[in-house]
Amino acid sequence: MRKRDLLLGTLFLLAAWEALSWLVGSGVLPLRARTNILPGPLEVFPVFLAELPTALGGHFLVSLWRVLASMLLAVLLAVPAGLVMGQSPGLNRLLSPLIYLTYPVPKVVLVPIVVLIFGVGDLSKIVVITLILFFQILVLVRDAAANLRPELLQSVRSLGAGRRALFLYVYLPASLPAVLTALRVSVGIAVAILYVAELYATRQGLGYYIFLQGSSLFDYPAMYAGIMAMALLGLGLYFAVDWLERRLCPWEFAQ
Amino acid sequence: MISVRDLMFGYPGCPPIFQHFNWSAAAGEAWAILGPSGYGKSTLLYLLAGLRPPTAGTIEIDGQPIHRPRPRTGLILQDFGLLPWANCEQNVSLGLRIHGFYGPDGKHAPLDQRPGDLAVRASHWLARLGLTGVRHRYPGQLSGGQRQRTAIARTLALNPDLLLMDEPFASLDAPTRESLQNLTLELRAEQGLTTVVVTHSIEEAAFLGQRILVFGRAIEVVENPGAGGVDYRDQPDYQGMIQVLRGRLAALTDPLSAPAER
Repeated sequence: MRKRDLLLGTLFLLAAWEALSWLVGSGVLPLRARTNILPGPLEVFPVFLAELPTALGGHFLVSLWRVLASMLLAVLLAVPAGLVMGQSPGLNRLLSPLIYLTYPVPKVVLVPIVVLIFGVGDLSKIVVITLILFFQILVLVRDAAANLRPELLQSVRSLGAGRRALFLYVYLPASLPAVLTALRVSVGIAVAILYVAELYATRQGLGYYIFLQGSSLFDYPAMYAGIMAMALLGLGLYFAVDWLERRLCPWEFAQ
Repeated sequence: MISVRDLMFGYPGCPPIFQHFNWSAAAGEAWAILGPSGYGKSTLLYLLAGLRPPTAGTIEIDGQPIHRPRPRTGLILQDFGLLPWANCEQNVSLGLRIHGFYGPDGKHAPLDQRPGDLAVRASHWLARLGLTGVRHRYPGQLSGGQRQRTAIARTLALNPDLLLMDEPFASLDAPTRESLQNLTLELRAEQGLTTVVVTHSIEEAAFLGQRILVFGRAIEVVENPGAGGVDYRDQPDYQGMIQVLRGRLAALTDPLSAPAER
């Protein structure tokens, strides 16, 4: 994707937002509200910039920390588990039904239980997001390891590689694209779950901020500033994973 | 060099592939294993490489029984043997890095291994196989011939004395295949290698094998003493050998009968 196209897309979205805001605020639509429930970017941007150094910035950093910690924890737990399962058909047969049954369960419904077990602090939020990322990474890493061509493994073994060297020189690098793909597809879900998790038992984080501004203070421009911060958080993580993929997996982009 | 005694092997649920198979090869010999699919050519190579254990019988190489890959045996497969995420140079130095990882333990790497400078050894073999210009490319960016030369460089960088090749040039176009066959002969002479090449191509067996194992319902040895030089292709003996091999192959693999026990 070219930078110019990305910029044009951004401008189009902002223009559409502003137009929609005007439409909602003008009273053309049969919406009964005393204040504009959809302030446009021209109204939200100044609030965003004003809030950022004070309240919003702090909430943003708390949310960022929670997602990053979850991503790291999920990678540290899921990659070894996926590699072990991918390497051992017997273990994979044993554990696959468990994964199959638990993978589609929406983890977000577990938020109250996780809060109960892990308390009201950061840990419960991190655990919920980790749960979601864990399964995504586990499945993709397992498949990447299981689908390595036997010819590749045999020829590396013929160079003298035992279990440890195979792990280091073959399985680990082979799992890297799977980890990054899993992170990329689940970063959106992770941020969505973060929002839900931050509605519970916390006074910090963008989820709390958005809910507070929207439902308690009815400060819509501030609420949208929070939504923007959350969107930027997701987008930033998405870009970061993209960048990491280009840095760590250059062969995937080589022509 | 190679001594196979009373070898028994079969895949579970299938008829046995080898029953009391005996074979030996002297150091420096150039062997080809010729035959159609399903008669166990590649299986024999994997057994020799120590990648599969025989059901019964013994395989000795250089006097040592083979239970696992032997550090000084090189194996080259048709394709897919290169790490897709490593560039040509990193692939060539892979074996050296693996040996360095274990150190000279006699199990994964030869006991007498001199550590040497990894980069120097890798670049020597890159240059010898004409890969210096493409050393930074990934396997996906290399031609089939370049990929196979990378695999050869990677194996020879480990200073092997025995080279096992499984259909090494089957997926290449004719001119590339011929030039790599010539290269194989040159490298064999240069490094004093014992070679065993598995192929289903009669021409390749006649060109690369001074002694040829023909696999079919039985296993026969065909002597081909004229082979070994790159000009052999132009000699009448070569054409004659192709006729001989074609005849033996037809006699041993009657299409109406399935692969049988031996």
